[in-house]
Amino acid sequence: MTGFNGQDLQRIAWELRRTVVEMIYRAGSGHVGGSLSVCEMLAVLYFSELRVDPRNPNDPDRDRFILSKGHAAPALYAVLAKRGFFPESELWTLRKIGSRLQGHPDMCKCPGVEMSSGSLGMGISFGIGVALAGRLDGRSYRVYVLTGDGELNEGQNWEAFLVGAKFRLDNLAVIVDYNGIQLDGSVQEILPLEPLCAKIAAFNWHVVECDGHDVCDLRRALDEARNRRGRPTAIIAHTVKGKGVSFMENTHEWHGKPISDEEYRAALAELAEAVL
Amino acid sequence: MSLPLRDVMGLALAELGDRRPDVVVLDADLSNATRSIHFARRHPERFFNMGITEANMVSVAAGLATCGKIPFACTFAFLLALRAADQIRSLVSYAGLNVKLVGTNAGLSGFGDGATHQSIMDVAIMRAMPRMTVIVPSDEASVRWAVAAAAEHTGPVFIRVPRVPAPAIHGSETRFELGKGLILRQGSDVSIVACGMMVSRALRAAELLHATGIEAEVIEIHTVKPIDTQLLVDSATRTGAVVTVEEHNRFGGLFSAVAEVLAEHAPVPIECVAIPDRFGGSGQYEELLEECGLTVQNVVEKAKRALSRKGHRGANAAEHGHLSRFI
Repeated sequence: MTGFNGQDLQRIAWELRRTVVEMIYRAGSGHVGGSLSVCEMLAVLYFSELRVDPRNPNDPDRDRFILSKGHAAPALYAVLAKRGFFPESELWTLRKIGSRLQGHPDMCKCPGVEMSSGSLGMGISFGIGVALAGRLDGRSYRVYVLTGDGELNEGQNWEAFLVGAKFRLDNLAVIVDYNGIQLDGSVQEILPLEPLCAKIAAFNWHVVECDGHDVCDLRRALDEARNRRGRPTAIIAHTVKGKGVSFMENTHEWHGKPISDEEYRAALAELAEAVL
Repeated sequence: MSLPLRDVMGLALAELGDRRPDVVVLDADLSNATRSIHFARRHPERFFNMGITEANMVSVAAGLATCGKIPFACTFAFLLALRAADQIRSLVSYAGLNVKLVGTNAGLSGFGDGATHQSIMDVAIMRAMPRMTVIVPSDEASVRWAVAAAAEHTGPVFIRVPRVPAPAIHGSETRFELGKGLILRQGSDVSIVACGMMVSRALRAAELLHATGIEAEVIEIHTVKPIDTQLLVDSATRTGAVVTVEEHNRFGGLFSAVAEVLAEHAPVPIECVAIPDRFGGSGQYEELLEECGLTVQNVVEKAKRALSRKGHRGANAAEHGHLSRFI
């Protein structure tokens, strides 16, 4: 998709943030911290990178975006609605009985969702399957998997890093939302990942770092991944958990908790100022 | 008795691959043991060895399924049911994807390797997965059918394959149908409901019972889920007593599945021949079956016990010691 410049993409990211806060506030529960940290990635992917068509969501040639960190579902729903996969009015049904917008994404229910996720650690493997099928069928689509940093605690990711390298899947890119905080505390405290880039590089992946809140830097990383032949790419996107709402930033307490009326008003006020 | 059933499975996969270019096979460094190697040799471009990464393998299979492939993920049954259980739950069962799970070393058939390589709770786990079809074949013909039927069926399927050969039960005249049990022998006194390697033993038990004047009906349930409710209810209503026979723990397998149906629709005395909530171990296959109470003689005894309970409506359960043994 073209026609969106950096300023447009940044604006979209901030609009997603407002939607995410509104959705979780109305739902009465949800994971706000890790949803706010991925908004630029989703804006860049859905409005400048992915070849997807909301009118033909099952096109076999479409690019695939796989949200492995399923708890960022509100952000995914927000961008899918904005991109036209379903009406934006449906966003307020999040977590409600009978809704297509489950607490974690359900590919059987929600248009545009490529994988049912929620239980962590499965997205890279799933993406490998999609990438292998694309190669078998001679299709040129690309596969993008977004994982959390805490999610990388799960051993299956490291199985998948081994396997992705074995098959030299250069049609696959993994983006790590490196916000440094997981449910119980900081990544450094709970289960240190560093040196993360060196680790993944040692698995024979191409590794590129970027500022996960800078849409131009994200574009550069995605371009680099697309042009890298012979091996899959991991994009380590440095982010801030709870980005955009001062009292939600950089604290595990906002991994997943309900937003009160007062917090909701304060958050929206901050986000209103932030929009370009 | 000729080929081990795992080889029959691997050859059936290879043949399926000849007919269907959308079939792909994955294994987790056990292709020599599951015998998916037969497919790998014939269709190397569609065979993916994932290394020893069962959780990853099932997830990769799910991704392939979203692109129109029909992936068969092969490894030991216990590894599928236990190591990859959450991946099967989330990406195969919950996501409703068209993934075929082939678990070898079914039951005690990984005999020499001991309890760690045997699979005595896989049917219970797979049966508890919504949308999952569970097939337990009994001989070469039924293994070949199961592989083909799994590919024809849209949705998750688990096939439980023994490592060992089995006596032929079915000729070319058998018409298998997913979800439909087979009456292998008619009888009016007691229904013996069996699956997998125990079907041939159930048939031998019926012969022994016949010699003592007892006519047993033998039913093969190759599809444990969805189970053939009508057939079970009809047979139980006619005979008034049932014995289930399986190479699986007594909890959650065929005994449970049959008891669930009959408790609801046709309550009659039910006995079970199953592994008595214990592990197997190393030994010869037949020795292990004997140690776990899975012999022809065990089937005969349980059939007689079921018969003796007819009409007594459970009043004599304690007298037979049923209540004390497992509680």
